[in-house]
Amino acid sequence: MIIPVFAIKNTFRAGIKSWLNAFVLSLSIVSIIWLQGLYKGMYDQGTRAMIDAELGGGQYWVEGYDPYDPFSIEDSHGKITHVLSEMIKEKSAACILIARGMLYKQGRMYSILIKGIDPEQEILSIPSGILKEKNNGIIPALIGTRMAKNSGLKKGDIFTVQWKDSKGVFDAMNFQVSEVMKTTVQNIDNNQIWISLNTMQKIFNMHSEATIVTIKKDIKPVNAGLNWEFKNLDFLLQDMKTLVQAKTAGASILYIILIFLAMIAVFDTQTLSIFKRKKEISTLIAMGMTKNKVIALFTLEGMAYDILAVIIAAIYGVPLLIFTAVKGWKMPAGTDTYGFALGDVLYPVYSLNLVFWTLLFVFILTAIVSYVPSRKIAKIEPAKILRGSTF
Amino acid sequence: MNDKIIETEKLLKEYPMGHAVLKALNNVSLSFDYGEFAGVVGPSGSGKTTFLNIAGTLDSPTSGLCRVLGQNIESLSSRNAAELRTKSIGFIFQTFNLLPAYTVFENIEFPLLLLKIGKDERKKMVADALKWVGLSDRSDSFPKDLSGGECQRVAIARAVVKKPKLILADEPTANLDAENSHNIMRTMRNLNKELGITFIFATHDEKVMRYLKRKITLVDGKVDNDQITEESDKGEKL
Ligand SMILES: Nc1ncnc2c1ncn2[C@@H]1O[C@H](COP(=O)(O)OP(=O)(O)O)[C@@H](O)[C@H]1O
Ligand SMILES: [Mg+2]
Repeated sequence: MIIPVFAIKNTFRAGIKSWLNAFVLSLSIVSIIWLQGLYKGMYDQGTRAMIDAELGGGQYWVEGYDPYDPFSIEDSHGKITHVLSEMIKEKSAACILIARGMLYKQGRMYSILIKGIDPEQEILSIPSGILKEKNNGIIPALIGTRMAKNSGLKKGDIFTVQWKDSKGVFDAMNFQVSEVMKTTVQNIDNNQIWISLNTMQKIFNMHSEATIVTIKKDIKPVNAGLNWEFKNLDFLLQDMKTLVQAKTAGASILYIILIFLAMIAVFDTQTLSIFKRKKEISTLIAMGMTKNKVIALFTLEGMAYDILAVIIAAIYGVPLLIFTAVKGWKMPAGTDTYGFALGDVLYPVYSLNLVFWTLLFVFILTAIVSYVPSRKIAKIEPAKILRGSTF
Repeated sequence: MNDKIIETEKLLKEYPMGHAVLKALNNVSLSFDYGEFAGVVGPSGSGKTTFLNIAGTLDSPTSGLCRVLGQNIESLSSRNAAELRTKSIGFIFQTFNLLPAYTVFENIEFPLLLLKIGKDERKKMVADALKWVGLSDRSDSFPKDLSGGECQRVAIARAVVKKPKLILADEPTANLDAENSHNIMRTMRNLNKELGITFIFATHDEKVMRYLKRKITLVDGKVDNDQITEESDKGEKL
């Protein structure tokens, strides 16, 4: 095939204009890969943190439990079935009891969730070990950094929590913040305190009851019996996925604009080039090229920008992408508003798949914007053009 | 079979001119033998270029017959016409029309690539063509670095490199000074003699006419005169 060779020569030798077009194209390629990689990294990182600290290999939910309905929490507890308690004994599951309560601190009142977790559990990365009671009358509680910030509680602080037990009787008790855990997972942090499961079952009068049973990673769920329904990770991560998708779509505005600019530049160059090179086109036809071949040649000339763009993108893009993947992307302060688990530093994840699809997408677009103006070549009358000035 | 390289009968080419029509070619019946070194001459606007374009299958007549290399151009598909041009016809233009992005070598190589000739043979053929036009040392230059005379010699090399049966040259000297004009005419005369390539010119340049063995004068699209010039080599001695 000689036409691609001609096309590459023509474009590569066309000087600064080619490099400018290719540069704009390379910007869109790099920004697509970067942004997609960033959000992929965000999703992976967030997912990993949630699996480690909250979701494990999936959760059994007691009938009626709905994390989005605070009022149903009152009734969302049930007896742990035999199957589940066997799993817990084998350390392949951990249960959590959830109830509502009121936190009093310096005359102020906060509605919170109280969560009971077994201090011996090894399924979740929550530092539950410190919840073990030491018979000194102090009942340790664990809170996360966001909770600490919002409530003003510090390590060592003592606070009062009031609740209604299973019989509807109000009760209250003092707890001491024994640890403020640093976590990116908001679901184990926001508006909640963690206490020992045993204590919680006792004070709430909910013996051998739980709300959630989280199983160990990579364990196959079994039928846990009546009232307990298994929720797999696909279900549990759905919100996260939807959110990241929405964020990705928002960020794609940036590269949609870039790619739009790049395509306009290529289209414009091709249109102008065909207009200016009518004589060259006619000469090619006189030498025996068919019009279709010349159209192919000019379309490929436009696509040769892709090659230049990939070269340019490789020069600055590869180091840039590797740098951000290794060093990470420091999230600006207040990124908590993203609404899900995010580290301070995000590590973008670039896959070959991502690079491949990005390039294919850009190549197809360039092919289209190169082909459309090239079709005008079919209308050129070489006899008219070649007679030149001596008309 | 046909022993004429070009044969036309009652060739008519009309262009609309407002309400009237302009007859760029009017009843032109001409024939050329293989190996001729002939020219269509006449004042500007007399139809020379129109004739060459039709003979070169780049244009088609309004009516009349035109056979080129044994093919009736009216019945050729555009693909077949392109193939005929690739294989058998070379063009030389007043404005040289070299491909600006390609070197001298690449410009001359181009028609051979269209013919799908192998690399080694291509190299040899281009080298020969460069020798014929005396530009062996400019092989790697780009057209923008050449003088007008050099450009036209590259264009000649590009037209002859594939040793076509027919070369059509439209005002090849119009952009050249006298010395370069004589130079390229001598070159083409030699190629005609040595390779047997048929050259047909369109020109109103006296310097060119001196080299022609046959002059067909067009006036207002009509053949006014068709004469064989005996002393066609006269110009070479000047
Ligand atoms: N595309 C065209 N439309 C209208 N008139 C044309 C066109 N091409 C050529 N002509 C006219 O045809 C006549 C012959 O033109 P041409 O063959 O170029 O003459 P020459 O080459 O002898 O100068 C001229 O009068 C020219 O104006
Ligand atoms: Mg003319």
